[in-house]
Amino acid sequence: MAAVELSGAGPRGPRPKRTFSGRNIMIYGTLFVAAVYYALPLYVMIVTSLKGMPEIRMGNIFSPPMEITFEPWVKAWAQACTGLNCDGLSRGFMNSVIITVPSVIISIAVASVNGYTLANWKFKGADAFFTILIVGAFIPYQIMLYPMVIILRQIGLYGELSGLILVHTVFGMPVLTLLFRNYFTSLPEELFKAGRVDGAGFWNIYFRIMLPISLPIFVVAMILQITGIWNDFLFGVVFTKPDTYPMTVQLNNIVNSVQGVKEYNVNMAATLITGLVPLFVYFVSGKLFVRGIAAGAVKG
Amino acid sequence: MSSVNARPKSAVFKNLSAKIAAVPMILTAMVVFLGGTIWTIVYSFTNSKLLPRLNFVGFDQFERLWSSARWITSVENLAIYGALSLVFSLVVGFLLAVLMDQKIRFENTLRTIFLYPFALSFIVTGLVWQWLLNPELGLQNIVRSLGFTNFTFDPLYDANIVIYGVLIAGLWQGTGLIMVLMLAGLRGIDEEIWRAARVDGIPTWKTYVFIIIPMLRPVFITTLVLIGAGIIKVYDLIVAQTGGGPGGASEVPAKYVYDFMFGAQNLGQGFAASTMMLITVIIIIIPWAFMEFSQRRSR
Repeated sequence: MAAVELSGAGPRGPRPKRTFSGRNIMIYGTLFVAAVYYALPLYVMIVTSLKGMPEIRMGNIFSPPMEITFEPWVKAWAQACTGLNCDGLSRGFMNSVIITVPSVIISIAVASVNGYTLANWKFKGADAFFTILIVGAFIPYQIMLYPMVIILRQIGLYGELSGLILVHTVFGMPVLTLLFRNYFTSLPEELFKAGRVDGAGFWNIYFRIMLPISLPIFVVAMILQITGIWNDFLFGVVFTKPDTYPMTVQLNNIVNSVQGVKEYNVNMAATLITGLVPLFVYFVSGKLFVRGIAAGAVKG
Repeated sequence: MSSVNARPKSAVFKNLSAKIAAVPMILTAMVVFLGGTIWTIVYSFTNSKLLPRLNFVGFDQFERLWSSARWITSVENLAIYGALSLVFSLVVGFLLAVLMDQKIRFENTLRTIFLYPFALSFIVTGLVWQWLLNPELGLQNIVRSLGFTNFTFDPLYDANIVIYGVLIAGLWQGTGLIMVLMLAGLRGIDEEIWRAARVDGIPTWKTYVFIIIPMLRPVFITTLVLIGAGIIKVYDLIVAQTGGGPGGASEVPAKYVYDFMFGAQNLGQGFAASTMMLITVIIIIIPWAFMEFSQRRSR
């Protein structure tokens, strides 16, 4: 085996000489099998959603559709029933958009200011609050659910959209604050000092110096929050009413409803539609997504 | 106070904007995280039913909890799921990372394939695997149609193995992340170490076992904590894939909490169960925090 130099992060060294050595067959063979395990569900989802029910009952979930039909997609989007509402996933999709957009913006705005404060304007006791926040990230949400319900009831936001936004802001805070604090701490201190010398205050420095140079970390935070909030189920089911259920809750209600004949093609179309937004974010953002989850992995 | 930006001002007004800006963080930390946790612990000693009431009954709720068959099943499931999930995540994640680190081609493509499930929600994960494990039309049927007519694998309808069906889905969703973290760790290891091992004629597998893995200790600990914290919270996956069935065989503690708090309107039980979850996490976190802390000190 030739000693190969690592050039940067990628596998761009000179290729091994014997391409079909036993070692290579083993490596690629194992990776191929693993890739099949990971890729199969997505494939099955796609082909199932494009088949008609008669074809599905014939029983081969792996076979590509003999006759491609988009009817399950239309049905999942516009006609599938949850309870009394029969307007499909479109309702949940709109709810999820209405929930996700403000939640992402507000949670990031709050957390970035937190991180900035912790990095540059540390006051007495700031680290203690931060520690509680980080420890809180590991505590099961279940223990804070009911107190949160009470708090929201007290301020009149229980069951309201703004209440759920607040919940996402609160529970997204630990990871995001950590993310921003670490980023702002890594910036050269001279930037901040120069601003101070010029007489700029807290907000001036934040908006004019820190924000413009922090775009990458904001993108990472956005990726983290969009996928996280879009995929949330627990908060959605606890803090919203049936009319404002986010997509994940509605999807679960559609697929796991006990009434009627199971329409697997519609179910898979609905599942796929719900997964499209985070998948889109994932495929577009590429390496940044990896950075985001590595940072946000603390959320567990 | 010796802040860099210290100016002779009165203590309260020093950094006033910063303090105002920190109000959301302070409220979250003190009211929700600290206050909420203490509140739930206190109320787990009451007999609250529909509404929280401060009518203390000692350890009654906990006694009832531990004599409930459903709770015992939940805890057993969590133990099985947790132990296997830890082992398989670490082993599979590490092996995949090692294979990916062999200067292979298609690395980016493979990483994309391994990691995409992590972008999906547990609801989507659970529903896809519910379909794949469908006994009449799913994997079992495929294998049978290949000639193995006695082949049986229907975990979602077999109370004895249902938790393994959930495990397959959970691993599918989460191992990609572990692989990525491990791979980042492997890439961080100095090439000199590999060269030195090669010069000394140490076989590759030995280098991994005796040199690389010990060097990756921090990565292993981080992933361990991540997996551990995730396992305790397992909820959506069960709801979507099995609904706790068949016959309550795949119940987990998080679901117990939710059902008693918001379904059965037996708040006291829900609080007691969530307090038990907290204790479990503390048992996991404290050794880790201790190790991290003592490590930093010795540096």
